[in-house]
Amino acid sequence: MKRNTLTLLAAGVIAASSWIPVAQAEDSMYMPSMTYRTGPFAGGGTPFADGYADYFNMLNERDGGINGVKIVVDECETAYNTQKGVECYESTKGNGALAYSPLSTGITLALIPKAPVDQIPVFSMGYGLSAAAAGEQFPWAFVYPASYWSQLSSILKYIDSNGGIEGKKIGFIYLDVGYGKEPIPLLDQLSESMGFSVAKFPVGVKEMQNQGSQWLNVRKERPDWMIMWGWGAMNPTAIKEAAKIRFPLDRFIGNWWAGSHSDLKAVGESGKGYLAANFSGIGQDFGAVQDILKYVVNEGKSKVGSPDDVGNVLYNRGMFNAVVLAEAIKVAQDTTGKTIIDGADMRDGLEAINLDQARLTELGLEGFTGDVQGSCSDHEGNGSIFIQQWSGSDWEKISDLIPPMTDVVRPMLEEAAESYVSDKPDWKGQACS
Amino acid sequence: MELLNSIFVAPFVDMAAYPDFLIQVIWEGFVAGVLYSLIALGFVLIYKASGVFNFAQGIMVVFSALALVSLHEAGVPAWLAVVLAIGIMGVLAVSIERLVLRKLVNQHDAILLMATIGLTLILKGVGELIFGGEPKPMITEQLGLPTGSTDWEVFDGIVIFQHIDIAAAVIAVLMVMALGVFFSKTRIGRALRAVADDHQAALSVGISLHQIWAIVWFASGIVALVTGIMWGARSEVSFALEIIALKALAVLILGGFTSIPGAIVGGLLIGIGEKLFEVYWGALFGSGVEAWFAYVLALIFLLFRPQGLFGERIIERV
Repeated sequence: MKRNTLTLLAAGVIAASSWIPVAQAEDSMYMPSMTYRTGPFAGGGTPFADGYADYFNMLNERDGGINGVKIVVDECETAYNTQKGVECYESTKGNGALAYSPLSTGITLALIPKAPVDQIPVFSMGYGLSAAAAGEQFPWAFVYPASYWSQLSSILKYIDSNGGIEGKKIGFIYLDVGYGKEPIPLLDQLSESMGFSVAKFPVGVKEMQNQGSQWLNVRKERPDWMIMWGWGAMNPTAIKEAAKIRFPLDRFIGNWWAGSHSDLKAVGESGKGYLAANFSGIGQDFGAVQDILKYVVNEGKSKVGSPDDVGNVLYNRGMFNAVVLAEAIKVAQDTTGKTIIDGADMRDGLEAINLDQARLTELGLEGFTGDVQGSCSDHEGNGSIFIQQWSGSDWEKISDLIPPMTDVVRPMLEEAAESYVSDKPDWKGQACS
Repeated sequence: MELLNSIFVAPFVDMAAYPDFLIQVIWEGFVAGVLYSLIALGFVLIYKASGVFNFAQGIMVVFSALALVSLHEAGVPAWLAVVLAIGIMGVLAVSIERLVLRKLVNQHDAILLMATIGLTLILKGVGELIFGGEPKPMITEQLGLPTGSTDWEVFDGIVIFQHIDIAAAVIAVLMVMALGVFFSKTRIGRALRAVADDHQAALSVGISLHQIWAIVWFASGIVALVTGIMWGARSEVSFALEIIALKALAVLILGGFTSIPGAIVGGLLIGIGEKLFEVYWGALFGSGVEAWFAYVLALIFLLFRPQGLFGERIIERV
């Protein structure tokens, strides 16, 4: 009898939990959040997930959602594991998911072929497959505000404007996975056209916190500048090792995933001078961030560890991810006249996005980032980056916005996109006028 | 011809041309080797006493270090936090013996190994639940560990010695000496050796297997804490640190699973070997040699000397 009761209870719980999303779908929209609050990369995943969720929750609390429709943010833990990420996708796509932001190049690569089939766009903000910037070949993938290749070209421009790059040796230290290797084709090509040499230093995932050999090689090679494509525990270890061999930190530039507060927390004062690329504003001095504090964090509705963490680099980046998605929802609603949109509408909204400075100011994000304007063919928005520097205790923006070398990067992106689809006869692109 | 030159000539020319850099490479390898040895030591202690290959040693390093820094973050003074972290590892050791090992006495080695894999997952989950998944900086200065560096001007160049690395080497030596004294001079240490030699014989003279196992897991926990402090000071304390423990597998194969001197020598061989190989021969393989060097070396040892340098040769008659 007791066993039967338990069985009935379990069945009831399962039935109830499967009914909840259906009930939500009538007056809300479903936005999955692929998070990694656990695992070796949780230091980056946690603040990003907090910023992402808090922005949508702020819209729900302050405005009653977007055009009166609340957004249900549903977290699924991937632990930065591609297999788990795909499982998250498969288990949530049926809930009316509007878009996926995997926060992992590996998961993004796995989802790109699924997106057109399931008609749910993949928005890999500043990561993933650089070639996805070519909208003709990748109608369902977006990399706003810039691809890895565009970012690298901006970093090289920064180096060139600080003493010239011709004849110099650039060291490139990278996490030896798909993400870290992504910009290498462009680096090799630009080394020929811009006249610099490259020394590469791969760091295996198992060696993230054990980089002695790589930095001995850096000391041996004596590069003029170092560029880092790192993530997680690799970043603080690399900065500590650089300081250890007395490499000048103001000539060491991390990409935008190697320049967060959590990266430098363990480094502190010894990381003073280290540089990093960024595309999202730092700090709490933005109207939207203040509203998050007011409506979400101070009301105890956020998972963020401390209110002081709001405004940190990766928190604000996660928030910006949500800003772009929220804006795409609004564009889609305005265009279609529907309040509840689906994945296909969302795709159109993402493609038509126009986050110029006037719109950013309306959103309480004046000067937060450069203009992000999409189109049928341009799925990276031609975004600009800026360089920030670690003061020993905080990040400071030290450059103006640096646009990418579009003339060089764009043809390469299109070529890579062509190459990606060349062995996929059933792949469907789109014609852009 | 060029290939032969880059294997047999160029590296040695480099070494002779920049001897200061060669010393630096060997020193860095020595420090890495000492730290590998520390991790391997934790494995050896448990394997000697219970025949269990403790897959959870890596997560014990993370767990103990996170306990230490989290206690300090909560306002506990640094050295009191060390004492409390040691206490936590003690409670963990007793719990493991009571809840896991005691139930699995006389089970096959593979079952015990699987139990430690399960333990790894539990410690990881509980650790993330209690301490959070975010990395934390090690409280190096609060513990009085030295920072900064000393330069040695030699052969028209400099060799840089980080004070924390010197401290790691000294602490590792002291720890090995302490373990040596503990094993050979104390009653419990002798009992541990007796259990390691023959469980049945040890039981027949009244040695409590349960007590010995709890003690050896506790000792291994202390080694894990020291390892976590030293690795954490070089980088940060995060769950990624667990992966480094895999390197200890190669160290154990080289040194032997039951030998403390083997763990030390194996660690140093791999530490110095991988640094030399990466720096002077790495370019031949497109760099990234450090990721596989230790395992290839271990594989060669498995082929020619499976018991390791100092391990006991086991002959099983069937």
